[in-house]
Amino acid sequence: MSAYIIPVIFLAVLLLSFVRRREPYGGFIDGARQAVDLTINVFPYLLAVMVAVEAFRVSGASAYLANALEPVLGAVGLPKELAELMFLRPVSGAGSLAILDGIYANYGPDSYIGRCASVIYGSSETIFYISTIYFSQSHVRKLRYAIPVALVATLTGCIVGCYLLRFF
Amino acid sequence: MSSKISDGIGITFILHCIHYTMAIIWLVMLSASLGLMLFTDPAAAVNSMITGAHGAVELSLNLLALYAFWLGFFSLIERLGLSRGLEKLLRPVISRLFPSCDTETRKYITMNFSANLLGLGNAATPMAISAINRMDTGSPRATTDMIMLTVISATSLQLLPTTVIGMRATAGSANPADFLFPSLVATVLSTFIGIVGVKICAKIFDRPRRKRRAESDAENQSAPLPLSPSVPPIKRKRERRQKQKRTRKQGGTA
Repeated sequence: MSAYIIPVIFLAVLLLSFVRRREPYGGFIDGARQAVDLTINVFPYLLAVMVAVEAFRVSGASAYLANALEPVLGAVGLPKELAELMFLRPVSGAGSLAILDGIYANYGPDSYIGRCASVIYGSSETIFYISTIYFSQSHVRKLRYAIPVALVATLTGCIVGCYLLRFF
Repeated sequence: MSSKISDGIGITFILHCIHYTMAIIWLVMLSASLGLMLFTDPAAAVNSMITGAHGAVELSLNLLALYAFWLGFFSLIERLGLSRGLEKLLRPVISRLFPSCDTETRKYITMNFSANLLGLGNAATPMAISAINRMDTGSPRATTDMIMLTVISATSLQLLPTTVIGMRATAGSANPADFLFPSLVATVLSTFIGIVGVKICAKIFDRPRRKRRAESDAENQSAPLPLSPSVPPIKRKRERRQKQKRTRKQGGTA
């Protein structure tokens, strides 16, 4: 189903802009040109975040944190194996994807741990990455309560989602 | 002057910490990792950071391709004027959530939302950056509207988590999409809590500032008339409330 959605929309947009004489080729190039500046502006933020995330993972600090979070996760009904995923998910998309892959390999995608990880990854976003990148080209440096609110909301959603998993 | 004095040192310090969350997290993560690796494996320190930098270059190249593709596609949609039709559908929701944004900004927010709903996070990002740049007043403090946009995106709007379904199928799941309903509940619930949370925080953190401004205005006005007991206190209160409303409106259009 989802495989059809984007190609169908794309084809419809292409044909419609051809029929209405909006020069689809020129329009596409004009849009694509903006990507260069955007990527150049975003790159230093990306680099800073990924250097720290990689060092955090390799040093084992990430694993220490996962162990420390074990009792907290147990209290809200989440498997302790997901501590690292829960921590890395808001910080790094690539890092959490690697951890999700590891969970599927170790516990199986149809186990409770695997399905729980699917809900957590599928219903959340890289909160820190989004917050950094959205403001990367503005003068704003004080995000105030944006990140705490997003973290609390996502955590509550994940806990409820994983609880519902027991019935579906 | 009086507002500076009334702010306690403790509160200022906490706010300062919250404002620089990202900078602090980055600093703590990096220094904790480096400190740990000094004891365990000092050789890995430089290697891991360079690996991270390489990862960033790789990801940037991927992002360049994705941004170019999706920005090209969205410029076609923009030229067709389709976003105006979609905006009509989302307008009541967006005008409620972003009361002080202009039409152009709302168009970018609409495109951000629709891309996020389809799970095209990389297409949504440039739209949000444009929207935030248009809302930018030059102040380093994020406005409530900016925070609302960020929180709604950051709590995920994606209806179909295509990456997870694909990865589950690859790992040999019997039914790769069987987590969809709980996942959808989690997505909708987290976005709802996020919106409510922003509204509550806006009330808590923005009100004192407004009140203070309204009070100082009232003080300035009453200064030339130090003896004015003829005005009943209730009327004064109403005036202050009206002034507060006016300043709120002015802040919105500015």
